[in-house]
Amino acid sequence: MNSTIRTDIQEGIAMRNMSRYVCLFIAFTVVVLAGTAHAGEVLDAVVARDSVRCGVSTGLAGFAIADSTGNWTGLDADYCRALAAAVLGDGAKVTYVPLSPQQRFTALQAGEVDLLSRNTTWTLTRDASLGLVFAGVTFYDGQGFMVPKDLGVQSAEELDGAEVCVLTGTTTELNLADYFRANGMNFKPVVFESLEESVTAFLNGRCQVYTTDRSGLAAILASDAPNPDDYVILPETISKEPLGPVVRRGDDAWFTIVKWMVYALIEAEEKGVTQANVAAMMDSQDPVIQRLLGTSGDMGQKLGLSNAWAVQAIQAVGNYGEIYDRNVIPIGLPRVGSNRLWTNGGLMYAMPLR
Amino acid sequence: MVSPTTLAPVVFWRNQRFRLALYQAVALLLVIGAGAYFVSNALANLDERSIRTGFGFLSREAGFRIGESIIPYDASNSYGRAYVVGVLNTLRVSLLGIVLATLIGVLVGMARLSSNWLVVRLASLYVETVRNVPLLLQLFFWYTVITGLLPSVRQATQLLPGVYLSKSGLMFPAPVPHPGHPYMAAVFVIGCGLAWGYRGRARRRQEATGQVPKLLLPSLGLILGPPLVVWLVSGAPTALDVPVFTRFTFRGGNSITPEFLSLLAGLVLYTAAFIAENVRGGIQAVPRGQSEAAAALGLRRTTALRLVILPQALRIVIPPTTSQYLNLMKNSSLAVAIGYPDLVSVANTSLNQSGQAIECISIMMGVYLTISLSISVVMNVYDRAIALVER
Repeated sequence: MNSTIRTDIQEGIAMRNMSRYVCLFIAFTVVVLAGTAHAGEVLDAVVARDSVRCGVSTGLAGFAIADSTGNWTGLDADYCRALAAAVLGDGAKVTYVPLSPQQRFTALQAGEVDLLSRNTTWTLTRDASLGLVFAGVTFYDGQGFMVPKDLGVQSAEELDGAEVCVLTGTTTELNLADYFRANGMNFKPVVFESLEESVTAFLNGRCQVYTTDRSGLAAILASDAPNPDDYVILPETISKEPLGPVVRRGDDAWFTIVKWMVYALIEAEEKGVTQANVAAMMDSQDPVIQRLLGTSGDMGQKLGLSNAWAVQAIQAVGNYGEIYDRNVIPIGLPRVGSNRLWTNGGLMYAMPLR
Repeated sequence: MVSPTTLAPVVFWRNQRFRLALYQAVALLLVIGAGAYFVSNALANLDERSIRTGFGFLSREAGFRIGESIIPYDASNSYGRAYVVGVLNTLRVSLLGIVLATLIGVLVGMARLSSNWLVVRLASLYVETVRNVPLLLQLFFWYTVITGLLPSVRQATQLLPGVYLSKSGLMFPAPVPHPGHPYMAAVFVIGCGLAWGYRGRARRRQEATGQVPKLLLPSLGLILGPPLVVWLVSGAPTALDVPVFTRFTFRGGNSITPEFLSLLAGLVLYTAAFIAENVRGGIQAVPRGQSEAAAALGLRRTTALRLVILPQALRIVIPPTTSQYLNLMKNSSLAVAIGYPDLVSVANTSLNQSGQAIECISIMMGVYLTISLSISVVMNVYDRAIALVER
């Protein structure tokens, strides 16, 4: 007599419901069953697999976005390429794993990726309580607001009472609440799980304000907005968002490689070593360049890599400045402020390679 | 006759009951042991990687805001309170959804058995279309329709004085809080009790005398009268908090967000299609002889349906409909896709901000399990209450 109707479609929905958490559950299982990490483990695994598994964002122009042929471009993607070139000798040996904000840390904790290179903000809580370590900063960002131009808003301080579209699982949500609280203003968040949905809702006019890192706002204007001139990014930057690669705790050797890869790319720019001239620079008499390119000293070996590690990386993607110019300038973010070299008044500063 | 004492006593480990108990004990120990192993291993691994564990974070400040909430909440409240907000939002959409889905489901189910050709075709078209399109797509559909087609909040359509419809939702006036309101609510509840008692008395009188007492008007009077009296006594407060457009959106009054509306519409229409099929099946399962017998007794068609057919059909309809209620409640977790702050949405945000994935997921599973089991219990009690009582 029980005539419960349970069609295939319903099963399909149930499966879909479940698959949202399957990823997390697999990650848990790995955490539950995994053994102890030891130094060098990740590097050994990367070499054995002959591929770097790199967690990137699901699609953010200028940082990590896949084109129609599945080819990833962007600053974060290029960092992965540089790392693969340094470790494996080939910048193409990267497996890109697109991760949503809420998947990223669990995926890294569980060892599904070797590192995150995924516009992730360096904060104390993340550094100290998630079992992760930040390896450096590849982009200094800050949170901003975007509004339709016809609202006539000049400043974020006028936003009292607005509805704000925001992506879940980010520091953005917290900064937003902090900023409005500090200024005694009220707002109503409309929180989405996927970047695409949140952007669509804003462009459809569901909210009067969209907030994320300024780089993200620029990327949305460049790649999603049907008419970028209809929107304006407000002048206020309400937070510090240093973005950079993250690795798992417990493998200091891999952490050191990832960290010094960042410095090597910055050092190359400071010394004028580019993708085009790196071969010629091998003959340079500058001892810093010699150490960087491995023509003297054994910097690469100290990291457990070949001495040509930096050469291979620069040949693959160029120095930091070239990566920035190729990826970030086109989305409308000129290289100003903190993202310049320290020699130009910015914060990009490589620790000495010696 | 063989006396039992002539048999050799059974050694206790050959005793069947002892063996069954032993097997169960061993199985239980294995399950507990495996669970304990996984938990301790997970804790050791989490500890080694310096991942913070425990439920202490629930009392820490959450730091994020939630779009809509029944209880007062802001960013300085704790994670625990944020979870309560999420649970209440889930309950709000689920319970309202269950009531509406039942109403529409019963109507459509009966419509499919109508003798009117057009009504039958329309009902079938609805059931077959809605039942066979994934719910997530329907939610996106409703959300796109509501946020895409409605005017922007600055050009909000005024439906009635003080009632506005726009991309930001439906805004309507709310009564300004008044000291008389709690008393009105209290006498309303008392009035409902009185109406229930009156209904019982009317039924007993009908069984004793055969007279059919009037039911509708006295009940309405009992339910609505006392609050009205209290309202008049407390000075007939008519002050309304009317929504007023400020720079970006409306302020004041009450509102229903497009996220809530889309989710409710999607859940209700989807689940109602399944309930309609349950109802149709249940009614068709009642033997034809029953309606013929009712007709022979001179009962009108509607009376026969109400007194003879539906009570028997209900017994068949309730169990599968319980599953649909559970499905509706669980499907409400799709809310996160369209920005409604349900339990999953709040838990996801907490998970990200606190980094305590295992705890956050456990809370979510615990809450859904509790709500599901509660719905099951209530429906089982109801099922037993209407079960065939043999006299």
